[in-house]
Amino acid sequence: MDDIAQRCISIIAKAKNIPADTITLDTTFEELNVDSLDKINISFEVEEAFEIAIPDDALGSLKTVGDVVRGVEQLVATKAS
Amino acid sequence: MNRVVVTGLGCITPIGSSVSAFRDALFTGGSGISPIVNVPDAPDGNPGVRYTQAAQVFDFDPTEHLESGVITATNRNTQFAIVAARQASEQSGLLNHHNAGDIAVIMGCACGGRSSEESEVKNLYTRNARAHPLTIVRTMSSAGASNISIDLKITGPTLDISTACASATHAIGLAFHMVRSGMVTAALTGGHEAPLSWGFYRAWDSMRVVSPSKCRPFAADRDGMTLGEGAAMLVIETLESAMARNAPIYAEVVGFGMSADANHITQPQAHGASAAMRKALADAQAAPEEVGYINAHGTGTQANDATEAAAIHQVFGERTAHIPISSTKALHGHSIGASGALEALATTVALHEGRLPQTAGVSNPDTSLNLDIITGEPRPTGPTLALSNSLAFGGLNAVIALRTWRNPG
Repeated sequence: MDDIAQRCISIIAKAKNIPADTITLDTTFEELNVDSLDKINISFEVEEAFEIAIPDDALGSLKTVGDVVRGVEQLVATKAS
Repeated sequence: MNRVVVTGLGCITPIGSSVSAFRDALFTGGSGISPIVNVPDAPDGNPGVRYTQAAQVFDFDPTEHLESGVITATNRNTQFAIVAARQASEQSGLLNHHNAGDIAVIMGCACGGRSSEESEVKNLYTRNARAHPLTIVRTMSSAGASNISIDLKITGPTLDISTACASATHAIGLAFHMVRSGMVTAALTGGHEAPLSWGFYRAWDSMRVVSPSKCRPFAADRDGMTLGEGAAMLVIETLESAMARNAPIYAEVVGFGMSADANHITQPQAHGASAAMRKALADAQAAPEEVGYINAHGTGTQANDATEAAAIHQVFGERTAHIPISSTKALHGHSIGASGALEALATTVALHEGRLPQTAGVSNPDTSLNLDIITGEPRPTGPTLALSNSLAFGGLNAVIALRTWRNPG
């Protein structure tokens, strides 16, 4: 798993106070019991960690950990280019 | 109208994070006032003020009580509130005997999540940082009331009252009236604050009302108040429900009076305080002659203590010098909106045990006030009527009246 994925999982694990090794890219927010407040919280931490801005309309479409990682990868790539 | 009794107690305070620890300190004079340490965001943890002492809570670890999600979404004051409310609720057995929709949660909190707000503002002003997304829910003054209702699944009337240093007394008084009138059958009521942030310390320093040494209410050499933090909670319910379920009864709540000085934002007026005491007695259908203890607002400032003494003289006349009075702020400090709850707890414990707490650390009462200040040791008392006074900045006065409970027969 690449660095971005590891860091995203670590942020989500910390936000939900669960071990990082229980989370994979296929884990859904529903399985993690991530509510709307958790989602905002996790987004904030991810934005701070990667110095990116997640658009409002992207938040609603995030269903899995993998969605978060792919979104971050895109935003980081956009920032770099 | 229902009679209303206290059937559960809880607290997180500078003199104990359980009611039994609070009680022990209350009667042994074990002060919770100590050197200020570890002020978040202040350089080296030092707030840089003219005074050195505060009444801080040291033995509270939220991770022992609360899930991480709740801790992340709350300021320290709300964490105090949830844990103290659980203690009171569990002790009384409240939730097993009242419908969730017939219980009120009426809290006093004036400062809200002040330290969380300050941290975010500091980051904003110094490095244009974004605010944490939970800043709003951490800082709103009603967060304590809301979190108690969420934690205990109480669905009745739930709200926060903010009247500076009288907040919790207004809250308890309102809750008492709600139970007495039959609007609800029970209430969890009290107050909570954790305002000891850098900016808070500095703002109070500039007002020049904080003691450079230690708060000594009604002492001849008193030189100011001592800031504090904490939470205290009472479960109150109808006497009928308490008797029917054999609940422990610690005291009866019998009266509530409130008034506004309508005069000055900081200078208290005796007529306002005396009006609130008279109204509490009238509400209790009691005569001034029945009062056998006053837990004074007693901040330890020159202005408060002299004005409160004058107000007590206005109400009780020649009998004033024979009414035992103490201020427990000498022990637990002045926790602003929570203070009235800590003092209502102290008064309830005093009536329940038949012992009136001393004004700890005061050996030289100001004789010019012509009051019977309890010093040295706690004083024994028979069943009596007690007043607990809260006289806030802005001239907002609240007084509750409590009576010793004796089981009939």
